[in-house]
Amino acid sequence: MQEDIAVDSALKKELQSKLSFAQKAEKPQEQAQPRQQEQKSPEPRESSSRETMQEQKPEENPKPKPRQRKSLVEGTAAERLSKGQRDISVAEFFEKNRHLLGFDNKRKALLTTIKEAMDNALDACEEAEVLPEVYIEIISMGQDRFRIIIEDNGPGIVKKNIPFVFAKLLYGSKFHSLRQNRGQQGIGISAVVLYAQLTSGRPTRITSKIGENHSAHYYELRINTLKNQPEIIKDEIREWEKPHGTRIELDLEASYYKGAQSVDEYIKQTAIVNPHATIIYVTPDGEQKIYARASEALPRQPKSIKPHPYGVELGILMKMLASTTQKTVSRFLCSDFSRVTSKTANEILKKASIEPNSKPKKLTRDEAERIIDAIRSVKIMAPPSDCISPIKEDLIEKGLKKEINAEFYTVVSRPPSVYRGYPFIIEAGLAYGGNMPKDTSASVLRFANRIPLLYQAGSCSFTKTVIATDWRNYGLSQPRGSLPVGPLLVLIHIASVWVPYTSEAKEAIASYPEIIKEVKLAMQELGRKLSRYLSKKKSVQDEIKKRGYIEKYIPHIALAIDEMLDIGEPVRIQIEERLKDILEKKRGKIEKIDFDEDANKEYDEEFAVKRTGAGILDDDYLEEETPEKEANKKENNEKQEADEKKQGGNNE
Amino acid sequence: MRKNKVEIMNDVHPKIKQFAESIKSKILSSKAPVIEIPIRSLNNVEFNKQKGHFTIKGRMKKRVLAASTSRSFAQTMRMLSLAKQLIESDDIATKRDAYYTAYNWLEAGFKSQQESDEIMDDIEAMLFTLREKLGFIPDEKGGDVVGKLVVIDEDEDKNIVKVDCSKMGTGAFSVPNSVEKLKFETKAKFVLAVETSGMFQRLVKHKFWDTAQCILISLSGVPTRAARRFVRRLSDEMSLPVYVFTDGDPYGWLNIYRTLKVGSGNAAHLNEFFCAPRSQYIGVTAQDIIDFDLPTHPLKEVDIKRLQDGLKNDPFVHAHKDWQQNLKLLLKLKKRAEQQALAKHGLNYVITDYLPKKLADHKTWLS
Repeated sequence: MQEDIAVDSALKKELQSKLSFAQKAEKPQEQAQPRQQEQKSPEPRESSSRETMQEQKPEENPKPKPRQRKSLVEGTAAERLSKGQRDISVAEFFEKNRHLLGFDNKRKALLTTIKEAMDNALDACEEAEVLPEVYIEIISMGQDRFRIIIEDNGPGIVKKNIPFVFAKLLYGSKFHSLRQNRGQQGIGISAVVLYAQLTSGRPTRITSKIGENHSAHYYELRINTLKNQPEIIKDEIREWEKPHGTRIELDLEASYYKGAQSVDEYIKQTAIVNPHATIIYVTPDGEQKIYARASEALPRQPKSIKPHPYGVELGILMKMLASTTQKTVSRFLCSDFSRVTSKTANEILKKASIEPNSKPKKLTRDEAERIIDAIRSVKIMAPPSDCISPIKEDLIEKGLKKEINAEFYTVVSRPPSVYRGYPFIIEAGLAYGGNMPKDTSASVLRFANRIPLLYQAGSCSFTKTVIATDWRNYGLSQPRGSLPVGPLLVLIHIASVWVPYTSEAKEAIASYPEIIKEVKLAMQELGRKLSRYLSKKKSVQDEIKKRGYIEKYIPHIALAIDEMLDIGEPVRIQIEERLKDILEKKRGKIEKIDFDEDANKEYDEEFAVKRTGAGILDDDYLEEETPEKEANKKENNEKQEADEKKQGGNNE
Repeated sequence: MRKNKVEIMNDVHPKIKQFAESIKSKILSSKAPVIEIPIRSLNNVEFNKQKGHFTIKGRMKKRVLAASTSRSFAQTMRMLSLAKQLIESDDIATKRDAYYTAYNWLEAGFKSQQESDEIMDDIEAMLFTLREKLGFIPDEKGGDVVGKLVVIDEDEDKNIVKVDCSKMGTGAFSVPNSVEKLKFETKAKFVLAVETSGMFQRLVKHKFWDTAQCILISLSGVPTRAARRFVRRLSDEMSLPVYVFTDGDPYGWLNIYRTLKVGSGNAAHLNEFFCAPRSQYIGVTAQDIIDFDLPTHPLKEVDIKRLQDGLKNDPFVHAHKDWQQNLKLLLKLKKRAEQQALAKHGLNYVITDYLPKKLADHKTWLS
């Protein structure tokens, strides 16, 4: 199940080429040669490239495993030279791409660390069908140094895999299967280990136990940046009271802040969309926060699916052709992809002018390209959507209620849709009124496969779509090109086998038209429900006001009659009573619609997100408006309005 | 004196009691009380050719007591009660007085004087009476009068006071709020009503009233009820024709002149008293703008609207072809001219040429 990874995008290809020298030692010979000239003196380069690496332990005296050492010992001069290059490669790659991996700065590094470890813990528990219980502790060790401890009750990791899972980049079970998971590329946790190692010089400590009758294994690991291979510093058997689970302990350089993009916020929001998990969090201030599980039901296990032809790119296709066990291209298409029948396969191959009986391994790059082109022109059934596990409406509502004490909640779940051959589901929720501030921009909570997205709100298609929705139609005020203003919180979740992030740091959702359309429709549905609520609220308020009138003005009518006719107090009171009868018998029972602070039983003040409105958006949110953009926007709006109308027609 | 006054008011006082009684019995029999008020607007009046003024068509609005009307209902009742008290104590209150008195009604008080004026007008129409008879008097004064007229009035001690309007120096006789008690002596040939006080001053300064043997009255905008009543009584009792001289624009024609001649849509039940049907319009007409080559201003958007609305909805315009032509001509010219535009031909051109010429040629007048 766990294997080395092939990568599809340009970035990942680059990653691979930089990181996989060690495994494919015979290949890089000719690649290494020209590089050598560019980097004539690797030694000074290394020391100057990273000032923060000064305290790093020298790489040359780890306790290497004999198997790995062998290839080095036998190495030629060229290989020895290339050692320096590789050494730079991993560290340099990390340094150059740390923003893509979520380590832009010390503050974000802490969040990314917690995030990757928590994602892994929750994924592992769910895969093993265990109700997750995750323990997180951040200990401040002074001077921007922190020790992080994350412990789960997941299935544990078999001994021989532990070093690879944590101390080898691009190793994982997730990348190759199309399955709804939090992590995707298997780059996350090992990047954390690398960052910890680079900033603290200390190895990462792992304890894992796979069952009652097994012993717990304790490892101290580092990544050999020469070879992208794990280095085992310590390997012992330890006593552990847990029946099964994994514990990670690492030291790193970071900074801890509170606020909108903090670790605290991330954990809170994670709890909102993972009501089946218990999370215990000890802050650097020593405060313990317990987010108790709100639901005993595990989310439905997402199924793995084979890739859909529409989502396949040339690189992946070639890799798949090379590694398939099928004997003919036709069989390969049918069995290695979803929704390809033999009829469809033959249609594709006919268009690509390729013999159905050709051997997959023999296909040239050109032929593979023709297949890609052919796929685009053939109608293929959409991928199955039962592989997706949404949070479900009732649990989103529960989460929202925990999050914020509002007067009105509504939730929408869109039917499954497909982008580039990947199925996805959009779920959204809205909370209105109550304790939320009335004159700030709405908050947008974004989630992807149950992961909160805290950064890059402005470049995220979710935020953009909330802004592009005309909330004025639904009784809210909204400045041009901005989020609506009011006591409003919007939650959007995408569940998909492959979430299209704008970067490896997994912070914003890319703007695929299919995704934007679904989010837009979800927003419009929420908006319609909100506007129904608002108009009901208004009519009830009017009614209350009118009843107030009756109370207020009846005595004046009676008094005036008394003044004019001198009827005396008993008759005056009689008139007042008659008037009340006359006026109130016409009016029905009044519906209670006022905000009741204590009505929401789910709400937990401790748990609630501090709503600041503005804090949700980061700096890249403010885009300049150009006339061109305006025009586009207008066009889009018109189009979307038409869509809505169509949609509305279908619904009602 | 007090007794006398109560006698005068006698017809209103029982009306109020009667009304209160009907509301009371409706309530006691568990029915929602209703107030019926004649609709006060132009589309509820028609031009009565025989009488020469607007008469009410009789469409009523019903104010049924319900939650949404409870406020104005209560205010109407309390205002009525206030009127009854004023009558009984022989006192008066201006519109503004009434507005402030209502501060004592707390939540039933008025938010603005406009609100209290509306209620007052409602009561007046509802009882088919004069608000003066209810003890409510207007805040604004009537007009200024100079000319061949002696007004016989009496002061609070019932002494007869004669005011000779030809001996006012540089000032003028001011029309009182209530003109019913006044008596007149005059040898004038006509009454000349002037829109602006500027023009009035010029005519007084050069003693136009003496040369033309007339009575000058300054209207200063839409004439007050008192001014209208004053002109009406002069014209009726002294058998004097009334000539009106305003700016050549829709406001001067349709607001000032039309209200003076046939009354307003707002208090249509009172038009019988408050208009001077024998008025005739001498200028400035649209034709005058051409004939006298007057300097003009372009018509504003509101002017055009007012003209079109007049042609479409004003029963007075409907009944008079010459007015329709006049309005249409102005619409065509797309211009308006003020009285004082005559100064183009010399400051006193109006006295030496314009007025004599116009007064002599009744074919240039409008009905």
